[in-house]
Amino acid sequence: MRNVAIVGTGHSKFGVRNDVSMSELAWDAIKEALDEAGLEQKDIEYFIVSNTGGWSSEPLPAVVIGEYSKLVPKGTVRVEAACASGSAAVKLAYDMVASGHVDIAMAIGIEKMNESPTPIVVEFIGRAGNYFWEFENFGLTFPGYYALHATAYMSKYGATEEDLCKVAVKNHYYGARNPKAQFQREITVEKCMSSRYIAWPLKLYDCCPITDGAAAVILAGEEKAKELTDSPIWIAGIGSASGTSNMSKRGTFSSLEAAVVAAKMAYKEAKINPDNPVKYIDVANVHDCFTIAELMAYEDLGFAKRGEAVDWIRNDQTYIGGKIPVNVDGGLKAKGHPIGATGEGMIAELTRQLLSRVEKDRQAPIKNGYALAHNIGGTGHYAYVTILSLSKPMR
Amino acid sequence: MSGEKKTQKELTDEEMKKFIEFVESMKKSMGLPMVPDIKTGVALWVDQRELNVRFVIGVERLKPFFNGLADGKVLATKCKICGEIYFPPQVDCPKCRKSDVEWIELSKEGTLVTYTQINVKPYSFSHYDDYIVGIGKLPEGVNVTAWVRESDPKKLKVGMKIRLEVVKREPEGYYVYEWVPVE
Repeated sequence: MRNVAIVGTGHSKFGVRNDVSMSELAWDAIKEALDEAGLEQKDIEYFIVSNTGGWSSEPLPAVVIGEYSKLVPKGTVRVEAACASGSAAVKLAYDMVASGHVDIAMAIGIEKMNESPTPIVVEFIGRAGNYFWEFENFGLTFPGYYALHATAYMSKYGATEEDLCKVAVKNHYYGARNPKAQFQREITVEKCMSSRYIAWPLKLYDCCPITDGAAAVILAGEEKAKELTDSPIWIAGIGSASGTSNMSKRGTFSSLEAAVVAAKMAYKEAKINPDNPVKYIDVANVHDCFTIAELMAYEDLGFAKRGEAVDWIRNDQTYIGGKIPVNVDGGLKAKGHPIGATGEGMIAELTRQLLSRVEKDRQAPIKNGYALAHNIGGTGHYAYVTILSLSKPMR
Repeated sequence: MSGEKKTQKELTDEEMKKFIEFVESMKKSMGLPMVPDIKTGVALWVDQRELNVRFVIGVERLKPFFNGLADGKVLATKCKICGEIYFPPQVDCPKCRKSDVEWIELSKEGTLVTYTQINVKPYSFSHYDDYIVGIGKLPEGVNVTAWVRESDPKKLKVGMKIRLEVVKREPEGYYVYEWVPVE
């Protein structure tokens, strides 16, 4: 296996993007990534499109986007790992390049959720789990699945609804400083606490929005990367794991077991001490589809000890200046969560963080040169942890 | 269902009907199903093809489970070789790679592991009042996801005793299992 670097990133504005078609939205990110890398379409040897779909009109987005963006006749595939589809696409592109099968591959994430009305989108996401045993008779929704985790976590560790709201307040604070974010307004704990219940005990401001967006990353093998750029960002480690489709079959509801497995794999590959990852990682993006998910992520990744994520959020430890800045792009919560594009969105953001290229008031200080993306699909059905590095990994 | 208060389904249907009427009027004047987005004014094409989906799912091998429900019982499968209990039931034991299972009736008394109330409902559930979904643990070691017969989540507690009952789900009129608080 050879070293693989990110040589180009693209990130569209996230939000309700009724102003563009799926192809136009994807092109925004693809063009930006090609420009950054100084590459032409013919240089991309394979492109992977992550998209969950169902709510949008195009069932074969990879070929639709390929035609529009002049990537045809390069090989392609659409991948689905629910909300972690983007990280799955990056992993597959990484594997292709690392193996030497291709020198340059591109992962493109795209989601157009607002092509369907909200109750239908709620229905589609609710069906993602175990359709027959969870949805057909019991009508669970995604906020509902995470609310089951929230109830368990709050009961076990004494966390409160106010604590959960503090996650939303932090992520809106940084969303307000990110021009790509869907929500660019700060909120208060009071505003969050007075919002209506979506799935008790989760309220409107505990939930990420329904988002359209696209993001893309171009990966290259070591030799090619050195030709293309003098500031490659290396992929130091990727961990991936799965969880049961039926949430009822899990051993715990105050943690996502798949995330724990994926994190261990990624730390091992990146040679990061799993007992103290905070010492190495300068900035992290974690999967805050709901506020409770961010608290569980601190613990599943080994940033905080079990039950201590509550103290972390109470004491602002994940703001810039705290123990480790988390979701300083606004996270899924405020930047938005275009399901299939979220993974590439995290990787593009962290690449720019490591290069100290983001807006000044949300730039994390880069000291050790590591960044981590924690991307969960479903309710812990899929877990991907990707570690990026400023310096070339030693193999 | 509440009498005077409209269900989420009624509200959604009314909204959709108004929207489609607006599209039809635009179509009449322009000859195209194109409307301005309410918030931003950008042009939207409103799909003229409607897709209705209703799946047909094979349950032949799980017939004992459904027949059990009709008798008021919740059944699981148990591998005759390794003793593993499966709920939801499955006829193949991937551990032994054999398909030699027996059907067993699950205990009724369990404890509540976690719960939520679904306030914003999926479209196909939007005719119900807000419902509570819980995961309960049975002495056999299996967890069961089901509705909990209670309308106020604050009256429930993690660890409380609950009982599994077979009920008729209305207005659809089919058998399903449900958790009932016993404290």
